[in-house]
Amino acid sequence: MKLAVLLNISKTHLLSRIKQSAIAALGVTFGIGTFVTMMSFMTGLNKMLDNLVLDRTPHIRLYNEIQPSEKQPLDLYDATNNALKVVHSIKPFQAKAEIKNALPILENLKNHPEVLGATPQVKAQAFYVSGAIELNGIINGVDPLEEDRLFNLSNYITEGSLRDLANNSNGIILGAGAAKKMSLKLGDRIQLATPRGDFFSLKIVGLYQSGLAEIDNAQSYTNLNIAQRLQEKSSNFITDISIKLHDLERAVPLTTVFAEQYEVNGVDIKTANAQFEVGTTIRNMITYAVSITLLIVAGFGIYNILNMLIYEKMNDIAILKATGFTGRDVRWIFISQAMLIGLVGGALGLLIGLGLSTLISTLPFETEALPTIKTFPVNFNPAFYIIGIVFALVATFFAGYLPARKAQRIDPVEIIRGQ
Amino acid sequence: MILQAKKINKYFRQPVNFQVLKDISFQVKKGEFVSIMGKSGCGKSTLLYILSTMDTDYEGELYVNNQLLTGQAKNNLASVRNANIGFVFQFHYLLPEFTVLENVMLPAKKLGRKSHQEIEADAMEKLRLLGIEEQALKKSSRISGGQKQRVAIARALINDPDIIMGDEPTGNLDSKNSENVFNIFQQLVEERDLSLLIVTHDTDFAEKTDRIIEMADGRIVK
Repeated sequence: MKLAVLLNISKTHLLSRIKQSAIAALGVTFGIGTFVTMMSFMTGLNKMLDNLVLDRTPHIRLYNEIQPSEKQPLDLYDATNNALKVVHSIKPFQAKAEIKNALPILENLKNHPEVLGATPQVKAQAFYVSGAIELNGIINGVDPLEEDRLFNLSNYITEGSLRDLANNSNGIILGAGAAKKMSLKLGDRIQLATPRGDFFSLKIVGLYQSGLAEIDNAQSYTNLNIAQRLQEKSSNFITDISIKLHDLERAVPLTTVFAEQYEVNGVDIKTANAQFEVGTTIRNMITYAVSITLLIVAGFGIYNILNMLIYEKMNDIAILKATGFTGRDVRWIFISQAMLIGLVGGALGLLIGLGLSTLISTLPFETEALPTIKTFPVNFNPAFYIIGIVFALVATFFAGYLPARKAQRIDPVEIIRGQ
Repeated sequence: MILQAKKINKYFRQPVNFQVLKDISFQVKKGEFVSIMGKSGCGKSTLLYILSTMDTDYEGELYVNNQLLTGQAKNNLASVRNANIGFVFQFHYLLPEFTVLENVMLPAKKLGRKSHQEIEADAMEKLRLLGIEEQALKKSSRISGGQKQRVAIARALINDPDIIMGDEPTGNLDSKNSENVFNIFQQLVEERDLSLLIVTHDTDFAEKTDRIIEMADGRIVK
């Protein structure tokens, strides 16, 4: 009942100067609208970029790296234990690029409870030969359907399909850049020359486009056996194992476990994409900084308008106090005015934010890097709307608090005497 | 005893230390119509603000309804003003954006003892008593000065106070309206047994009241 009386007074004050109130509310509307739009848009982009990396990057990649042995034969010789040992010109051992016992490891990994899936890869080097042209190529031998299931490879296939590759053991999915250079199209045949001088003729069943010219000019996908045959290796020759986990957060500890268990090198997604997380964090920070600045500006606008209002309303304040309203009542009359401005302006801001986000989500956004995305990504997360309205109320509360406290302290005797 | 002042002293500290009120003691009984007269600057308005509980910076003791108010918390004093004291000022002091009816209802809503309908009925009754019920739904900034003063009296009456205080309530009105207001006061005293304490310059007005308290240089002289 009492609160209703105070709110009724605030409402009358606000409505009797509707223009000023509207301008104050518009400040909040603008701030909140921008906040919601920016957050939706920026996090939409962030999420898309994150997914881009998360989808196609293995959570853990196991491989064999060529590196010098840490223990030289001399270290194993006990007689020199207390002596100074000097070994000149250490060269890496001519290790095999393959993962030892790859197929049993793969079986083992697939049965691991934390592993969603594991798929083998064979990397090979070759030249694309088309007429007189020879281009450097990197051939990725893969299990096409597993690769798609785990790492969404088909998102980057612009023509043809991975199924065609799976069905055609002599097929190849060629990088779009390389295809363009050699004027090749779907259905054409391409000659591959191995470093040893052998030739393979493969049928182009698809085109691959990652958006990175360097990769698109060189990388191609074939079935595992083609990549193995290019290097004259048997079917147990596997150079990489890509693992996808149920829980991304487990990537770091499991990498160490797997690397030790299988005596291979391992790299986890976080190490491989460290710069990416930094980018996401910074983009989020910028978004918050800009939005909060806007809201603070709106807050100062409200502060100003209320300050002026209180000077105009000195008489009213004196009357209210003389007729028995307490200082706290008067303070709440003015704080509630600020918060009503915040509530109305904020709610409108949410609507405008929703409208703008929806508009942005329909705008065409076509980029070579993301062949499957047609419009701007927008994240319609209800949390932004909740944060927005809460922030509007909190900001207007503080903007109203100082002027309202001033009103609370006004001495009615001074006003009445001053007339 | 509705109102009792005991040895009230008041000092202004700015710009120089100056004693405005000196040992003021008097009483107002139930149903008494008292006027305070005196020259400008004799301290009569200052005294009224102290008696009205709005000014708490004084020495001495103030009782309303035999209850000591000196030294009470501001919020308590506000509710005493709300429930027990009605005010009428020289300038009308209505809330300009509210209707006449809302202005009258506001102190009762603050008191919160009655429902909205009851308060509205009460307010209409007070307006009728003062002969301005047909103005009830007008904005209070849109009525004449004499009407505003009557609305202010209606507002002062809304919580059925023990005493009404007025600070030159007729100072701003012509003789006809002034007489009108006096008659209303007179009627309230006779019909409702209200106590009235009115500060005024107007000798004609004062002479018609039950008792005149005359002040000079911060003291009661008569």
